[in-house]
Amino acid sequence: MPSVRLANITMKYRDIIAVENVSLAVEDKEYVCIIGPSGCGKTTLIKCVSGIIQPTNGEIIIDGKLVNDVPIQDRGVGYVFQDIALFPHMNVYENVSYGPFVKGWSPPRIRTLVEEMLNMMVLGDRARDRPNVLSGGAQQKTAIARALASGSLLLLLDEPLGSLDIRVRKLLRHEIRRMIKDLGLTAIHVTHDQEEAMAVADRIVVMKTGKIVEVGTPSQLYLQPKELFTANFVGETNFFEGHVAREGNEKTRVNADGSFLYSSEKAPSKDTKIVAAIRPEFVIMEHQHKAEPTWKGTIETVAFMGSMMRYEVKIENGKAIVVKTPFSSTSQELEVGTRVYLKFPPEFVLLYQYPQSGLEKEISVE
Amino acid sequence: MPSVRLVNVSKRFRNISAINNLDLEVKDGEYLCVLGPTGSGKTTLLKIIAGLVKPDKGEIYINNKLANNVPPQERNTAFVPQNYALFPHLSTLQNVAFGPTSKGIGTEEANRISMKMLEMTRLAGRADSQPNELSGGMQQRLALARGLASDANLLLLDEPLGALDARIRVELRYKIRDLVKERGFTAIHVTHDQEEAMIVGDRIAVLRQGQIQQVNVPPKIYNEPQSIFVASFVGGANFLEGFVVDRDHQGAWVQLRNRFIARVREIDFSPGEKVVLAVREEQTTMVKQVGEEQEINFFPGTVQSASFLGNSTAFEVLLKNGDMVHSRIPIGKQGKTFSENEGVYVRLHPESIITYPYPQGGLLTELEAI
Amino acid sequence: MENQQQATSQRGPLSGVKKRLDSLSSKPWVKRLVYVSAVVFFFALILVPPVIGILQNAGSVTQIYDAPELLARANSAVAWSFITAFAVSVLDLAAALPLAWFIVRSKSKLINVIDTMADVPFLIPTAALGYSASLFWSQQGGISSLFGGGSLVPPGFALVLLLHFAFSYPVIVRVMVGELLGYKQVYEVAAKTLGASPFTSVRTVTLPLLKPALIASFLLAFARSLSETGATVMVAGSFENGPVFIYYNTGNTGVLVYVSSLLILSSVAVFLAIRLLAPRLKLPIRRAWPTLERKLSSNTSVRSRDSVAILVFMFFVIVPSLFVALPLTNALVSGTWVAAFEGAGPWGAFWSSMLLSYVVGFISTVTNVVAGLPIAIIIARKKLGRLTHVLDSLVNIPIIVPSIALGVSLKFFWGSLQAPDFLVLVLSHMTITYTYFVMSMSAAIESVSPEMEEVASTLGAKPFAIFRRITLPLTKYSVFSGAVLVFTRCIGETGAAKAAGGALKTIPVLLVDWIVKGYASPSESALGIGFLIVASFIVLLILRIVIRGKG
Repeated sequence: MPSVRLANITMKYRDIIAVENVSLAVEDKEYVCIIGPSGCGKTTLIKCVSGIIQPTNGEIIIDGKLVNDVPIQDRGVGYVFQDIALFPHMNVYENVSYGPFVKGWSPPRIRTLVEEMLNMMVLGDRARDRPNVLSGGAQQKTAIARALASGSLLLLLDEPLGSLDIRVRKLLRHEIRRMIKDLGLTAIHVTHDQEEAMAVADRIVVMKTGKIVEVGTPSQLYLQPKELFTANFVGETNFFEGHVAREGNEKTRVNADGSFLYSSEKAPSKDTKIVAAIRPEFVIMEHQHKAEPTWKGTIETVAFMGSMMRYEVKIENGKAIVVKTPFSSTSQELEVGTRVYLKFPPEFVLLYQYPQSGLEKEISVE
Repeated sequence: MPSVRLVNVSKRFRNISAINNLDLEVKDGEYLCVLGPTGSGKTTLLKIIAGLVKPDKGEIYINNKLANNVPPQERNTAFVPQNYALFPHLSTLQNVAFGPTSKGIGTEEANRISMKMLEMTRLAGRADSQPNELSGGMQQRLALARGLASDANLLLLDEPLGALDARIRVELRYKIRDLVKERGFTAIHVTHDQEEAMIVGDRIAVLRQGQIQQVNVPPKIYNEPQSIFVASFVGGANFLEGFVVDRDHQGAWVQLRNRFIARVREIDFSPGEKVVLAVREEQTTMVKQVGEEQEINFFPGTVQSASFLGNSTAFEVLLKNGDMVHSRIPIGKQGKTFSENEGVYVRLHPESIITYPYPQGGLLTELEAI
Repeated sequence: MENQQQATSQRGPLSGVKKRLDSLSSKPWVKRLVYVSAVVFFFALILVPPVIGILQNAGSVTQIYDAPELLARANSAVAWSFITAFAVSVLDLAAALPLAWFIVRSKSKLINVIDTMADVPFLIPTAALGYSASLFWSQQGGISSLFGGGSLVPPGFALVLLLHFAFSYPVIVRVMVGELLGYKQVYEVAAKTLGASPFTSVRTVTLPLLKPALIASFLLAFARSLSETGATVMVAGSFENGPVFIYYNTGNTGVLVYVSSLLILSSVAVFLAIRLLAPRLKLPIRRAWPTLERKLSSNTSVRSRDSVAILVFMFFVIVPSLFVALPLTNALVSGTWVAAFEGAGPWGAFWSSMLLSYVVGFISTVTNVVAGLPIAIIIARKKLGRLTHVLDSLVNIPIIVPSIALGVSLKFFWGSLQAPDFLVLVLSHMTITYTYFVMSMSAAIESVSPEMEEVASTLGAKPFAIFRRITLPLTKYSVFSGAVLVFTRCIGETGAAKAAGGALKTIPVLLVDWIVKGYASPSESALGIGFLIVASFIVLLILRIVIRGKG
């Protein structure tokens, strides 16, 4: 059962550095997702692991063995492609049996394995169909079955759900994770969809412009992101630029453009200029004013998101704060133009050092 | 500002019926989202309105005038296809100016209009770049600017955010709606992303296999889905099969698999009828123990998996009767959390359960399982 | 507000014309008129005349039945045409595919050199290729001297085979290189991630997917071999295939009708058969031999395969094609060129033939571009629904049929209308080259996404405006390369020119006469060929510059 270790991987194309000095360790049987905006290097990285691309520098170690000079066909690493890449001239059965076929297995032996695979994927009655008559979801399931049937214990998934409808994506991602866990495989799954990563990964690696920004479990990245980029890329966040007004024992007081916030965290550095952040779900929005310190604002937009409501509240200095609350009976009273009062519980306010390149550039996802 | 009306429109391609007796009305200045899976006919619908495809039968009215025989260049609609179809041999500015110059406006004036559009879409600094030099998000804004700059005031958007990263999609969808509303355009925005549709649409029209299933404002579509398909496609739900055993004036009792009994609010079905119960993932509660008085709609089961999704945690619970239920607890609400293999009770809120007749073709076909 | 219409001032003198054409194009009757005229042109001037020409003289076929020996020879000639074509195409496919593979996939530094050289035989008119091949293989100054006097490959079937092999080879390389460049390698990569060695992945995945291209290039090589006249005549000796037989029997109407109709009917039949049956042919992908195929994928295997491919290419294609350079330099040195420029002796006729060829070529090119464009649009955008397929097949007929047979039938038809020789000549060249332009142009238009035209239309552009502002700029290159194809084909055409020209001789016909009938000395012939090559090069160079310039 393989573990994967990437040591100082760099990939340069003439003047473009696609991947810069990336090191990563994936445990045996772990399901790791690599996320990041287009062009961050995540696909380049897994192509290096599979051997499709040769890194300019660095080592790839699979199951303790250095594999840099081993060609693709000998690495034993399964790959699921973004554009599915089923062989158009072969039907489902022939596609899935390709791995054992090229190894020279006998037809009866192949049949046993392939039928088992197809049953697991609920594709048994599509065995004679060509890829072009299958739905997107069925095609991708076939591609996964094909990779699994080749006997690989390490599976690389390159935006495997990218070409599918959102609804199909949500259904299929659970099936994929379950299959991989049931078979005890190690998986590295690349995607630009952080919600997808959160739903399936044991650990998530966040990348930006060729470098790793942060690594953590879904709840770590969501509740305690260590980097500003992570806070913005994984889910939505409200950011406040400000200064440390006073450092207390239990709370830090932050001055954000004239209004005050409290955070349970300590100030991140000696500089007084910082960024405070809070997720929209943790902002408390009330209709009536209570005694504690609150921010006044007016609801600017109301968006119904099914189980949740999303509000944009304009506060006195013109900034818009995003608030998300579960849909409830009181939601009817909150319309555009309603005056509201916002509270920011200190235990959910995170503090960050003000970034050198400026806040907008640091969190940009383009 | 145009209104659009389609009356009994049908279109077949070879043996496949793309659009099937479709009726639709779009109000002046409205931002309508047409929501449906791939292959439901969304693109064909837009092309029929634009005049690029001729329907086999039915009428199209734009601004209350019959438009069936009006060619595309005279319909005053701007069509933005899924992969933008930017003109690769023209610069960003020239792409945007194409509409005005086609309608006879002089180059100088056309450029002035175009630069204004580029400023609104924050592309002014790239006016001389070629389309293939722009990022995905910028290309999308360019396609939009090109449509907005033309004389048209009806915008037809075919999956405008489909080609973009998930994160950019979230940012841009608000911006598109703002831009369209600011200019006072009418827009028909086609998508397969129900969350997107609910956020940007004034109304949503759910399309399935060429027919409109339901048209209404987002909260109504979400809370009062008229069919199993709509309930499943918009927001997703748990679906449980059963049949009615008893009724009273306040509600009814439905027997599920293996004799579990669920209480639902008042319904129109008689005892013995086969039904499907639908309850949204967030309209459930999970508890460790159940008190004596609270037994209605509490079902015992074992947690199969727990996923942290950011603003909520999703649990899969296998009930003791064999049904699998998905429960979603928003972050901060749940006092404690549950782990795999733990025994729990799941409550399906009776007032939130919607009852549907059991579909003729079977439940799986109705859900269009993959 | 912004919807004011401003007077379209400073837009150039043509803007008024453009506007009028634009608004004209949106009228349905105008569009219909343009398309209908193009279709009528195709049928009336391209497709139907040859058919009528043959039918008119069908009666004279009986003449040949009175001469059983002639009949036997005719039948045998036609059969040999097909045998040659088939053998050549199979050999060419086997030899050219590895070279195309090398050009696209290899990491060797030689690629650019080989790639450029692979185009060389295209640039040389076939008459020149024929002369060069005969010098190399069968005459004293060539390879025969290495084998102790005599002729290594005297004129005859073997020499014809070698000649056809050489000029059909680049066709296959071109097509397959284009195909391989556009081929999505993800399928091969997927096969490798599943454990397939490179050889296995190519055999079981890539080749089956390339089958349509393999069939297409096979058919192109086949058609070229079937049709070629001038060079074949030079090297045939006593061997006869269809075109050679016709060439030597232009006086006998009965023979002409018989052989031409036989050639036309059988070539259409054979092409249809191959087109329908070949896709059913299954390549061997049922079994895998892992260890053997792994060895075949090794670096040494690949290197030896590449070397063999390159050697075959050099020895059987390049050197024979360029061999004419030797006597050419001789001629330059010996002073023959002085007489050439003075127009002395046979050179007077030479220059007027040259002029004739260029005028005919120019007229044919312009007419085919103008008349072929609407047809290309109809085919690319499938404007006739299911019938488009029929039109597509019909348009392909002129290149399937051997050009000399076409020339014969056209001479019959237009001759019966008392048309002057010059007109018949032009019409024949037009007929033969029409298809090249239409096919090249329709492929280019197909590659322009219809959505771009749709978007342009919703933005308010009228049909002609869409064509000149969107479609044409994106297909400019193909207009030029299609025109180049037509022009060079015209310059090189011998068979039809011979049959249809009557007293007029285009330059290839003249040169074949010089060489076969001895009207000029070998030195003069070499020089004449040299001028022909140089003139072609200059035209191509000019066109290349024009294309590059317009980007």
